Amino acid sequence: MKPFTLDHAANAAAALSAMGQGATAIAGGTNLVDLMKLQVATPERLVSIRRTGLDSIVPDGTGLRIGALVTNADCAADMRVRQDWPLLAQAILAGASPQLRNRATTGGNLCQRTRCGYFYDTTQACNKRAPGSGCAARDGFNRIHAVLGTSDACIATYPGDMAVALLALDAVVLTEGPFGPRQIPLAMFHREPGDDPTRDNVLQPGELITAVRLPAPTGGTQVYRKVRDRASYAFALVSVAADVTMEEGRIARCALAFGSLGTVPWRDSAVEAALVVEKPSPALFDQAAEILLRQARGFGANDFKIPLAARALAATLAQATKG
Amino acid sequence: MHLPLSDMYNQPDERNLLDQMRQGVIGQPLDRPEGPLKVSGTATYAAEWRIDGCVEGVLVLAGIAQGQVSKIDRDAVLSREGVIAVIADPAMTRRPAQGMAAKAPQQDAAKVEYFGQPVALVVAQTFEQARDAALALPIHYTDADGDPVPFDPAAPGVKVEAPSSSKPVEGGDLDQAMQNAAFSVDVEYETPGHASAAMEPHATIAQWQGDSLILHGSYQMLSYNVKEIADCLGLSADKVRIIAPYVGGGFGSKLGITHEAVAAALAARELGRPVRVVMSRQQVFQTVMRRSETRQRVRLAADPAGRLIGLGHEALVSNLPGEKFAEPVTQATEFLYGGENRLLKVEVARISRLTAGSVRAPGEAVGMQVLEAAMDELAEKIGIDPIELRKRNLPSAVPVAGTPYSSRMLTQALEQGAEAFGWSARQDRPCQTRDGDWWIGMGVASAARVNMMVPAKARVTLKADGSAVVESDQTDIGTGSYAILGQIAGEMLGLPMARVDVKLGDTVHPAGAGSGGSFGAISTGSAVMYACEAIRAKLAKALGCDADALVLKDGMASGGNAPARPLRDLLNGEDIAETGTIKPGKTAKSFSQASYGAFFAEVAVHAFTGEVRVRRMTGAFGFGRVLNAKTARSQCLGGMVWGIGSALTEELAFDTRDGHLVNHDLAEYHVPVHADVPAIEVILLEERDAAASPLQAKGVGELGICGAAGAIANAVYNACGVRVRSFPLTLDKILPALPDPFASGADTAL
Ligand SMILES: Cc1cc2nc3c(=O)[nH]c(=O)nc-3n(C[C@H](O)[C@H](O)[C@H](O)COP(=O)(O)OP(=O)(O)OC[C@H]3O[C@@H](n4cnc5c(N)ncnc54)[C@H](O)[C@@H]3O)c2cc1C
Ligand code: SF4
Repeated sequence: MKPFTLDHAANAAAALSAMGQGATAIAGGTNLVDLMKLQVATPERLVSIRRTGLDSIVPDGTGLRIGALVTNADCAADMRVRQDWPLLAQAILAGASPQLRNRATTGGNLCQRTRCGYFYDTTQACNKRAPGSGCAARDGFNRIHAVLGTSDACIATYPGDMAVALLALDAVVLTEGPFGPRQIPLAMFHREPGDDPTRDNVLQPGELITAVRLPAPTGGTQVYRKVRDRASYAFALVSVAADVTMEEGRIARCALAFGSLGTVPWRDSAVEAALVVEKPSPALFDQAAEILLRQARGFGANDFKIPLAARALAATLAQATKG
Repeated sequence: MHLPLSDMYNQPDERNLLDQMRQGVIGQPLDRPEGPLKVSGTATYAAEWRIDGCVEGVLVLAGIAQGQVSKIDRDAVLSREGVIAVIADPAMTRRPAQGMAAKAPQQDAAKVEYFGQPVALVVAQTFEQARDAALALPIHYTDADGDPVPFDPAAPGVKVEAPSSSKPVEGGDLDQAMQNAAFSVDVEYETPGHASAAMEPHATIAQWQGDSLILHGSYQMLSYNVKEIADCLGLSADKVRIIAPYVGGGFGSKLGITHEAVAAALAARELGRPVRVVMSRQQVFQTVMRRSETRQRVRLAADPAGRLIGLGHEALVSNLPGEKFAEPVTQATEFLYGGENRLLKVEVARISRLTAGSVRAPGEAVGMQVLEAAMDELAEKIGIDPIELRKRNLPSAVPVAGTPYSSRMLTQALEQGAEAFGWSARQDRPCQTRDGDWWIGMGVASAARVNMMVPAKARVTLKADGSAVVESDQTDIGTGSYAILGQIAGEMLGLPMARVDVKLGDTVHPAGAGSGGSFGAISTGSAVMYACEAIRAKLAKALGCDADALVLKDGMASGGNAPARPLRDLLNGEDIAETGTIKPGKTAKSFSQASYGAFFAEVAVHAFTGEVRVRRMTGAFGFGRVLNAKTARSQCLGGMVWGIGSALTEELAFDTRDGHLVNHDLAEYHVPVHADVPAIEVILLEERDAAASPLQAKGVGELGICGAAGAIANAVYNACGVRVRSFPLTLDKILPALPDPFASGADTAL
């Protein structure tokens, strides 16, 4: 761990000003501190944003605004979230452990970095950590890596759960930055690696997430299905977030997002289009999976994610369309 | 009556002294006396001692797998704030010591033999400064002499050797038996490498007083560890003292000394001040001990009646070149089942990965899980209940060797376990039971683990005030040594537990067995019992009765015609201190000694995704006398939890291109978490075994893992019809063979 200074920002403006001078924001620290211990992140200045007051959940028209510093535990426990956006609560509770969720924040969770083992190990080649050094995972132990949205430079997943639910729920990320406030739809927030895997998302230097906005509740049946190697405290191998409304035995509306499948939380409108107005059936689910995975590509150890995603989708749709 | 002080254990001690005692504490499910300290955070672990002037050392690991350190750029970090020294001493170890080595492991850390080997130590005022400098320290290497050593046991040209530590067992003609068999199984299974994954990382604080060295450390076998350190540093062993009263788990990784101990001692000597070295989780994973991965071929040949006529168990394991330890995969196969035509053999591939050594029941843990899975395959072929197959194949003496069994509760364990578990509800074909999206199945496996005694001493002092103190350098690694040694003394001396104080984990005390191989309780416990027997003889004399007639209870002594008297009177102001000793002797060879049991598992396999979750488990175990029903049960429970890990989640993933360990933390190396561990029932079968120890007890610590994963794998097959011969049974291996989830099972069909 490189020596660093730590200041506490009393409000968003103070945080932004420190960040404008090169400080890195630290929220719960559950990801950043690990990266610092391993010398993967080496900030010299930290500004803690835990005292900025951005930690409340308030109504926003017919939707809800969740402050960036709301902890994962508080968000999942909020009665409004549990009743009207249960997908979000389920996804958060499927992640990490109670201790981590007590500490981890909404903004930090969106910005968590990949769990690629080569990224966390400074003896290894990694374009995300050390641009131009290569990608050791590509021909290495890549069981947890992505099969969609990969590039020659990087095949790492965005590993989290919360963002997958937010993507299916059409959430919007609210930020403040050197160029003023921005509203970034979740679908545009994370970046595929392309030839610059160093940046996981579209945040500009000095830009601060202040909140996440949920649109009006859909009233659909919401299921978050996380497939993982152990029953708890493991990142997803594949996850599916589904929000489905049935009418007269047909799928009237559906939103589907996938975690740990692509380099970013994954949503594909063609999959949803193939399902809408149809009657649920195993054959229909297969068809949807085929569309989802038409460009999927495995790298050896992660090949199994392709059939797994198809089966997880079928299981989730079977459950969500049962009514 | 003879007093077997200092005796080798050549004859079973049939006197069974403990059962003649009156205090009634032995076997009771008493709490561990140190428990409150541990749960309140007030038990002092290795790194937590406050020592004036102590500075912090952090190990520097090699970022290559093979080579020679040619230059260390000390100046690049010495100018940093707080950095005191960079130590790269030829005496630093490049491998940890194997269990019971009692001499220095390989030293000269400048020769790199595996990825992540420690090569230097950076010392600074604070831990953070030391870690920063350690990660920044430039190290230059030249190529290694000689041919490169492959990283993978399956690599072409890998050198395969017969281990010096074990000989093959051969009898009759196995090939012929396979040909003659009415039913046979010839299968190859794989198990991956495992990390011990003890909660407390390895840590040492080293402090010199003149030419004597004091270490606060985290070790399992102190009297051996003292010799290992002394040998590394060129000291005589009596100049080294280790203090380790509380150890946060070891699981084999702390049997021998590891890198941080010698590095701390060298740094403390060079700097003339105490130095603390705590390994990070990642460093522990990369440098201490791994359990070897194994490839195992099992051949089972049965006659028409389901009796084994042939048994083959051949394993390929791995280790660094020259390292003696070879995972003794076939250890229990030797004595468990019949089949006179047999071939049991272990070979070791020489590869460049961290040292392989003892991890949680070396041998049986992975050997039994595979043998028991293969037995399930045979039962299916024959078409008989797998319990029946096992019962039909229990020999009356060890095949080939002919040695008699000291005691064996396997049949009882299978029967009582089956009854408690509800085995009769099992479907004999797979894919018969569906609960929503989940296939449900049941599996069984035998448990077996060799019983070992090692030399041990303990001193017991009956103090003039009528209380007792037990002293030994025996460690308590969370298993209950404090509790059971106190119970043995309390029982023998007729004292309630409040009057017995147990002092462990310090080499100023007599050398106990240490914790390993499930031998701590029976070895050090026997020494305590013999010390107490000597005290009883003196008390009998003082009271004026025969030792045989002496009755001690609640601090009162009576016997013969003598009137009952309080111990305090009898002692008349004097302490009585006696040291008990036990050493393994002829009983170790003249009897086949092992603990036995049976595992039952019910699992659910997700029909769509292949995820496996254990729903419940039952284990029934016979291991001689139960010294404390609570700590014994906890050992069995813990073993079964590790069994879940071995069956479903645990796997060291090495990158075969450079030999580095990819998943070197607890986020990616998956041990079972609470949600993976269902209700587990443990049944303890009381037994007496005089050949195993004068306590009539056998080892229990590791028994609960030895075969557990086999029961789970068998249940997976019973649930969904997928036989996976590669552990752990992760969903990617199950998925391809799963039946169509929509084709059957009422709940999910649309
Ligand atoms: C062992 C383990 C298991 C885990 N398992 C899961 C899991 O199963 N599923 C899952 O989804 N997650 C999991 N996590 C990840 C966890 O959810 C994240 O670490 C956590 O959400 C990060 O939040 P934080 O507030 O601690 O972020 P920090 O560590 O404080 O910050 C992370 C990053 O976000 C930036 N940042 C933080 N807040 C803001 C803001 N408001 N604006 C701009 N940038 C910001 C920081 O600069 C930093 O770069 C796990 C973590 C661990 C350690
Ligand atoms: S997958 Fe991405 S993060 Fe992993 S090693 Fe390759 S470049 Fe680095």
